[in-house]
Amino acid sequence: MKKIIKSAFIATIPVFMGYIVLGMAFGMLVVSQGYPIYYTLLMSLFIYAGSMQFITINLLTSGASLISAALMTLLINARHLVYGLSMLDRFKDTGKYKPYLIFSLTDETYSLLVGQDTNDKRYLFFVSLFDQCYWVIGSLIGSTIGSLITINTTGLDFAMTALFVVIVVDQFLNTDKYIYSYIGFIMSIICLIVFGSTSFIVPSMIGILGLLFIMYKKEKSHES
Amino acid sequence: MNHNILLIIVIACVTFLTRLLPFIAFSNQESPLIEYLGKVLPYSIMAMLVVYCLKDIDLLGRFHGISEIIAVLTVIILHVYKRNTLLSIAGGTIIYMLCVQIIFI
Repeated sequence: MKKIIKSAFIATIPVFMGYIVLGMAFGMLVVSQGYPIYYTLLMSLFIYAGSMQFITINLLTSGASLISAALMTLLINARHLVYGLSMLDRFKDTGKYKPYLIFSLTDETYSLLVGQDTNDKRYLFFVSLFDQCYWVIGSLIGSTIGSLITINTTGLDFAMTALFVVIVVDQFLNTDKYIYSYIGFIMSIICLIVFGSTSFIVPSMIGILGLLFIMYKKEKSHES
Repeated sequence: MNHNILLIIVIACVTFLTRLLPFIAFSNQESPLIEYLGKVLPYSIMAMLVVYCLKDIDLLGRFHGISEIIAVLTVIILHVYKRNTLLSIAGGTIIYMLCVQIIFI
Protein backbone atom coordinates (compact mmCIF):
# COMPACT_ATOMS: atom_id res chain seq x y z
CA MET A 1 0.00 0.00 0.00
CA LYS A 2 2.77 2.40 1.01
CA LYS A 3 4.59 1.64 -2.22
CA ILE A 4 1.49 2.40 -4.25
CA ILE A 5 0.96 5.74 -2.50
CA LYS A 6 4.59 6.65 -3.08
CA SER A 7 4.60 5.83 -6.79
CA ALA A 8 1.27 7.66 -7.20
CA PHE A 9 2.76 10.72 -5.53
CA ILE A 10 5.83 10.69 -7.77
CA ALA A 11 3.64 10.40 -10.86
CA THR A 12 1.65 13.49 -9.86
CA ILE A 13 4.59 15.86 -9.26
CA PRO A 14 4.23 17.61 -12.65
CA VAL A 15 0.56 18.26 -11.92
CA PHE A 16 1.48 19.47 -8.43
CA MET A 17 3.33 22.47 -9.84
CA GLY A 18 0.64 23.35 -12.33
CA TYR A 19 -2.31 22.96 -9.98
CA ILE A 20 -0.76 24.92 -7.13
CA VAL A 21 0.05 27.90 -9.35
CA LEU A 22 -3.11 27.88 -11.45
CA GLY A 23 -5.18 27.13 -8.35
CA MET A 24 -3.65 30.17 -6.64
CA ALA A 25 -4.57 32.40 -9.57
CA PHE A 26 -8.12 31.04 -9.41
CA GLY A 27 -8.36 31.51 -5.63
CA MET A 28 -7.09 35.09 -5.80
CA LEU A 29 -9.56 35.90 -8.55
CA VAL A 30 -12.51 34.61 -6.49
CA VAL A 31 -11.79 36.91 -3.54
CA SER A 32 -10.79 39.82 -5.79
CA GLN A 33 -14.34 39.71 -7.17
CA GLY A 34 -15.64 40.07 -3.63
CA TYR A 35 -16.69 36.46 -3.00
CA PRO A 36 -15.93 34.68 0.31
CA ILE A 37 -13.25 32.00 0.61
CA TYR A 38 -15.81 29.23 1.03
CA TYR A 39 -16.87 29.81 -2.59
CA THR A 40 -13.35 28.81 -3.57
CA LEU A 41 -13.56 25.71 -1.43
CA LEU A 42 -17.02 24.76 -2.73
CA MET A 43 -15.93 25.12 -6.34
CA SER A 44 -12.61 23.32 -6.01
CA LEU A 45 -14.20 20.47 -4.03
CA PHE A 46 -17.36 19.95 -6.05
CA ILE A 47 -16.92 21.39 -9.53
CA TYR A 48 -13.22 20.52 -9.75
CA ALA A 49 -12.61 21.52 -13.35
CA GLY A 50 -10.01 24.23 -13.94
CA SER A 51 -11.27 26.17 -16.94
CA MET A 52 -14.90 25.70 -15.89
CA GLN A 53 -14.17 27.24 -12.49
CA PHE A 54 -12.68 30.34 -14.09
CA ILE A 55 -15.77 30.60 -16.28
CA THR A 56 -17.92 30.12 -13.17
CA ILE A 57 -16.49 33.33 -11.69
CA ASN A 58 -17.61 35.14 -14.86
CA LEU A 59 -21.03 33.54 -14.71
CA LEU A 60 -21.37 34.61 -11.07
CA THR A 61 -20.38 38.22 -11.68
CA SER A 62 -22.59 38.52 -14.75
CA GLY A 63 -25.55 37.01 -12.87
CA ALA A 64 -26.11 34.28 -15.45
CA SER A 65 -29.30 32.22 -15.36
CA LEU A 66 -29.13 28.59 -14.23
CA ILE A 67 -30.14 27.36 -17.69
CA SER A 68 -27.45 29.26 -19.55
CA ALA A 69 -24.88 28.21 -16.94
CA ALA A 70 -25.88 24.57 -17.38
CA LEU A 71 -25.69 24.84 -21.16
CA MET A 72 -22.30 26.51 -21.05
CA THR A 73 -21.01 23.84 -18.64
CA LEU A 74 -22.28 21.07 -20.90
CA LEU A 75 -20.47 22.39 -23.96
CA ILE A 76 -17.24 23.47 -22.29
CA ASN A 77 -16.97 20.07 -20.63
CA ALA A 78 -17.93 18.13 -23.74
CA ARG A 79 -14.35 16.93 -23.98
CA HIS A 80 -14.98 14.86 -20.84
CA LEU A 81 -17.02 12.55 -23.02
CA VAL A 82 -13.85 11.46 -24.82
CA TYR A 83 -11.94 11.04 -21.61
CA GLY A 84 -14.67 8.81 -20.28
CA LEU A 85 -14.84 6.80 -23.48
CA SER A 86 -11.16 6.00 -23.32
CA MET A 87 -11.34 5.12 -19.61
CA LEU A 88 -14.31 2.75 -19.84
CA ASP A 89 -12.05 -0.25 -19.83
CA ARG A 90 -9.54 1.06 -17.31
CA PHE A 91 -12.19 1.85 -14.69
CA LYS A 92 -14.18 -1.33 -15.28
CA ASP A 93 -13.15 -3.23 -12.17
CA THR A 94 -12.44 -0.39 -9.78
CA GLY A 95 -15.41 -1.11 -7.52
CA LYS A 96 -15.97 1.41 -4.74
CA TYR A 97 -13.33 3.77 -6.17
CA LYS A 98 -15.19 4.12 -9.45
CA PRO A 99 -17.50 7.06 -8.58
CA TYR A 100 -14.59 9.17 -7.36
CA LEU A 101 -12.39 8.20 -10.32
CA ILE A 102 -15.14 9.37 -12.68
CA PHE A 103 -15.82 12.55 -10.72
CA SER A 104 -12.16 13.58 -10.58
CA LEU A 105 -11.20 12.90 -14.20
CA THR A 106 -9.77 16.31 -15.10
CA ASP A 107 -7.62 17.02 -18.17
CA GLU A 108 -4.46 16.67 -16.12
CA THR A 109 -5.47 13.52 -14.26
CA TYR A 110 -6.57 12.01 -17.55
CA SER A 111 -3.19 12.78 -19.10
CA LEU A 112 -1.45 11.07 -16.16
CA LEU A 113 -3.71 8.02 -16.25
CA VAL A 114 -3.52 7.39 -20.00
CA GLY A 115 0.25 7.48 -19.75
CA GLN A 116 0.32 4.65 -17.20
CA ASP A 117 -0.21 1.01 -17.97
CA THR A 118 -1.11 -0.14 -14.47
CA ASN A 119 -4.68 -1.09 -13.70
CA ASP A 120 -4.25 -1.13 -9.93
CA LYS A 121 -7.37 0.59 -8.66
CA ARG A 122 -5.68 1.99 -5.56
CA TYR A 123 -2.98 3.55 -7.72
CA LEU A 124 -5.60 5.15 -9.99
CA PHE A 125 -7.41 6.40 -6.88
CA PHE A 126 -4.36 7.97 -5.23
CA VAL A 127 -3.23 9.71 -8.42
CA SER A 128 -6.72 11.23 -8.73
CA LEU A 129 -6.90 12.13 -5.05
CA PHE A 130 -3.45 13.76 -4.92
CA ASP A 131 -4.29 15.88 -7.96
CA GLN A 132 -7.46 17.19 -6.40
CA CYS A 133 -5.63 17.91 -3.11
CA TYR A 134 -3.13 20.09 -4.98
CA TRP A 135 -5.94 21.96 -6.70
CA VAL A 136 -7.88 22.54 -3.48
CA ILE A 137 -4.77 23.58 -1.54
CA GLY A 138 -3.54 25.87 -4.33
CA SER A 139 -6.86 27.65 -4.67
CA LEU A 140 -7.20 28.08 -0.88
CA ILE A 141 -3.69 29.54 -0.65
CA GLY A 142 -4.62 31.95 -3.45
CA SER A 143 -7.81 33.04 -1.73
CA THR A 144 -6.05 33.43 1.61
CA ILE A 145 -3.27 35.57 0.15
CA GLY A 146 -5.83 37.54 -1.82
CA SER A 147 -7.90 38.33 1.26
CA LEU A 148 -4.97 39.09 3.59
CA ILE A 149 -2.94 41.38 1.41
CA THR A 150 -4.55 44.08 -0.64
CA ILE A 151 -2.67 43.83 -3.86
CA ASN A 152 -3.89 45.58 -6.96
CA THR A 153 -5.31 42.61 -8.81
CA THR A 154 -6.58 44.60 -11.79
CA GLY A 155 -5.80 42.50 -14.81
CA LEU A 156 -5.30 39.25 -12.90
CA ASP A 157 -8.31 37.82 -14.70
CA PHE A 158 -6.12 37.70 -17.79
CA ALA A 159 -4.78 34.41 -16.34
CA MET A 160 -7.92 32.75 -17.66
CA THR A 161 -7.48 34.26 -21.13
CA ALA A 162 -3.83 33.19 -21.09
CA LEU A 163 -4.81 29.64 -20.08
CA PHE A 164 -7.17 29.32 -23.04
CA VAL A 165 -4.71 30.92 -25.47
CA VAL A 166 -2.09 28.38 -24.34
CA ILE A 167 -4.49 25.50 -24.91
CA VAL A 168 -5.33 26.79 -28.41
CA VAL A 169 -1.64 27.30 -29.26
CA ASP A 170 -0.94 23.75 -28.07
CA GLN A 171 -3.73 22.48 -30.29
CA PHE A 172 -2.22 24.30 -33.26
CA LEU A 173 1.27 22.99 -32.50
CA ASN A 174 0.33 19.40 -31.86
CA THR A 175 -2.35 18.51 -34.37
CA ASP A 176 -3.57 19.34 -37.83
CA LYS A 177 -7.17 19.95 -36.77
CA TYR A 178 -6.87 23.71 -37.45
CA ILE A 179 -10.14 23.74 -39.30
CA TYR A 180 -12.07 23.07 -36.08
CA SER A 181 -10.31 25.90 -34.25
CA TYR A 182 -11.09 28.25 -37.14
CA ILE A 183 -14.73 27.19 -37.00
CA GLY A 184 -14.78 28.16 -33.33
CA PHE A 185 -13.09 31.50 -33.92
CA ILE A 186 -15.12 32.54 -36.95
CA MET A 187 -18.49 31.40 -35.66
CA SER A 188 -18.07 33.13 -32.29
CA ILE A 189 -16.72 36.35 -33.80
CA ILE A 190 -19.66 36.52 -36.21
CA CYS A 191 -22.08 35.89 -33.33
CA LEU A 192 -20.28 38.47 -31.17
CA ILE A 193 -20.81 41.09 -33.87
CA VAL A 194 -24.41 40.07 -34.55
CA PHE A 195 -25.68 39.38 -31.02
CA GLY A 196 -23.40 41.55 -28.89
CA SER A 197 -21.08 40.61 -26.03
CA THR A 198 -23.76 39.69 -23.48
CA SER A 199 -25.64 37.09 -25.50
CA PHE A 200 -23.39 35.62 -28.17
CA ILE A 201 -22.33 32.42 -26.42
CA VAL A 202 -25.46 30.34 -26.93
CA PRO A 203 -25.85 31.22 -30.65
CA SER A 204 -22.13 30.51 -31.13
CA MET A 205 -22.46 27.09 -29.55
CA ILE A 206 -25.50 26.24 -31.63
CA GLY A 207 -23.70 27.44 -34.76
CA ILE A 208 -20.58 25.42 -33.96
CA LEU A 209 -22.54 22.27 -33.20
CA GLY A 210 -24.60 22.69 -36.38
CA LEU A 211 -21.54 23.19 -38.55
CA LEU A 212 -19.71 20.23 -37.01
CA PHE A 213 -22.78 18.07 -37.54
CA ILE A 214 -22.86 19.03 -41.23
CA MET A 215 -19.15 18.23 -41.53
CA TYR A 216 -19.70 14.89 -39.83
CA LYS A 217 -22.45 13.99 -42.29
CA LYS A 218 -20.26 15.04 -45.20
CA GLU A 219 -17.28 13.00 -43.99
CA LYS A 220 -19.53 10.02 -43.55
CA SER A 221 -21.00 10.25 -47.04
CA HIS A 222 -17.46 10.53 -48.42
CA GLU A 223 -16.44 7.39 -46.60
CA SER A 224 -19.31 5.28 -47.87
CA MET B 1 -30.73 29.45 -1.05
CA ASN B 2 -29.04 32.30 -2.85
CA HIS B 3 -28.58 32.31 -6.59
CA ASN B 4 -24.77 32.12 -6.46
CA ILE B 5 -24.71 28.90 -4.45
CA LEU B 6 -27.40 27.44 -6.68
CA LEU B 7 -25.33 28.34 -9.74
CA ILE B 8 -22.28 26.57 -8.28
CA ILE B 9 -24.37 23.49 -7.52
CA VAL B 10 -25.81 23.41 -11.06
CA ILE B 11 -22.34 23.75 -12.61
CA ALA B 12 -20.97 21.04 -10.29
CA CYS B 13 -23.79 18.66 -11.20
CA VAL B 14 -23.54 19.25 -14.95
CA THR B 15 -19.75 18.88 -14.81
CA PHE B 16 -20.11 15.53 -13.05
CA LEU B 17 -22.78 14.54 -15.55
CA THR B 18 -20.45 15.16 -18.49
CA ARG B 19 -17.88 12.94 -16.81
CA LEU B 20 -20.40 10.26 -15.92
CA LEU B 21 -22.28 10.13 -19.22
CA PRO B 22 -19.88 7.91 -21.19
CA PHE B 23 -19.86 5.38 -18.38
CA ILE B 24 -23.62 4.98 -18.32
CA ALA B 25 -24.45 5.57 -21.98
CA PHE B 26 -21.64 3.91 -23.87
CA SER B 27 -20.60 1.08 -21.64
CA ASN B 28 -21.26 -1.47 -24.36
CA GLN B 29 -22.09 0.41 -27.52
CA GLU B 30 -20.31 3.04 -29.54
CA SER B 31 -21.79 6.15 -31.08
CA PRO B 32 -19.68 7.42 -33.98
CA LEU B 33 -21.26 10.89 -33.77
CA ILE B 34 -20.41 11.30 -30.08
CA GLU B 35 -16.92 10.01 -30.71
CA TYR B 36 -16.52 12.50 -33.56
CA LEU B 37 -17.83 15.40 -31.49
CA GLY B 38 -15.62 14.37 -28.60
CA LYS B 39 -12.61 14.55 -30.89
CA VAL B 40 -13.28 17.85 -32.65
CA LEU B 41 -15.49 19.88 -30.31
CA PRO B 42 -12.64 20.76 -27.90
CA TYR B 43 -10.88 22.65 -30.71
CA SER B 44 -13.89 24.78 -31.61
CA ILE B 45 -14.94 25.38 -28.02
CA MET B 46 -11.47 26.44 -26.88
CA ALA B 47 -11.29 28.94 -29.75
CA MET B 48 -14.73 30.20 -28.74
CA LEU B 49 -13.57 30.62 -25.14
CA VAL B 50 -10.67 32.80 -26.26
CA VAL B 51 -13.19 35.03 -28.03
CA TYR B 52 -15.36 34.92 -24.89
CA CYS B 53 -12.46 36.13 -22.73
CA LEU B 54 -11.72 38.98 -25.11
CA LYS B 55 -15.35 39.93 -25.75
CA ASP B 56 -15.16 43.21 -23.83
CA ILE B 57 -11.99 44.43 -25.52
CA ASP B 58 -12.48 48.05 -26.53
CA LEU B 59 -11.06 48.36 -30.04
CA LEU B 60 -12.52 51.82 -30.57
CA GLY B 61 -11.44 53.21 -27.19
CA ARG B 62 -8.44 55.39 -26.43
CA PHE B 63 -5.93 52.53 -26.51
CA HIS B 64 -7.67 50.31 -29.07
CA GLY B 65 -7.28 47.21 -26.89
CA ILE B 66 -3.50 47.43 -27.06
CA SER B 67 -3.04 45.83 -23.60
CA GLU B 68 -4.96 42.73 -24.66
CA ILE B 69 -3.15 42.52 -27.99
CA ILE B 70 0.30 42.82 -26.38
CA ALA B 71 -0.53 40.29 -23.66
CA VAL B 72 -2.02 37.71 -26.03
CA LEU B 73 0.99 38.04 -28.33
CA THR B 74 3.27 37.58 -25.32
CA VAL B 75 1.50 34.35 -24.41
CA ILE B 76 1.66 33.04 -27.98
CA ILE B 77 5.34 33.90 -28.48
CA LEU B 78 6.38 32.53 -25.08
CA HIS B 79 4.46 29.36 -25.69
CA VAL B 80 5.71 28.72 -29.21
CA TYR B 81 9.33 29.14 -28.10
CA LYS B 82 9.32 27.76 -24.56
CA ARG B 83 6.34 25.38 -24.53
CA ASN B 84 6.00 25.88 -20.79
CA THR B 85 2.35 26.35 -19.87
CA LEU B 86 2.97 28.02 -16.52
CA LEU B 87 5.59 30.38 -17.91
CA SER B 88 3.30 31.42 -20.75
CA ILE B 89 0.35 32.08 -18.44
CA ALA B 90 2.41 33.90 -15.81
CA GLY B 91 4.33 35.94 -18.40
CA GLY B 92 1.23 37.04 -20.26
CA THR B 93 -0.67 37.87 -17.07
CA ILE B 94 2.17 39.94 -15.60
CA ILE B 95 2.55 41.87 -18.86
CA TYR B 96 -1.19 42.48 -18.95
CA MET B 97 -1.29 43.67 -15.33
CA LEU B 98 1.61 46.04 -16.01
CA CYS B 99 -0.18 47.37 -19.08
CA VAL B 100 -3.54 48.05 -17.43
CA GLN B 101 -2.16 49.23 -14.08
CA ILE B 102 0.81 51.34 -15.11
CA ILE B 103 1.28 51.93 -18.82
CA PHE B 104 -2.10 52.40 -20.48
CA ILE B 105 -4.22 54.10 -17.86
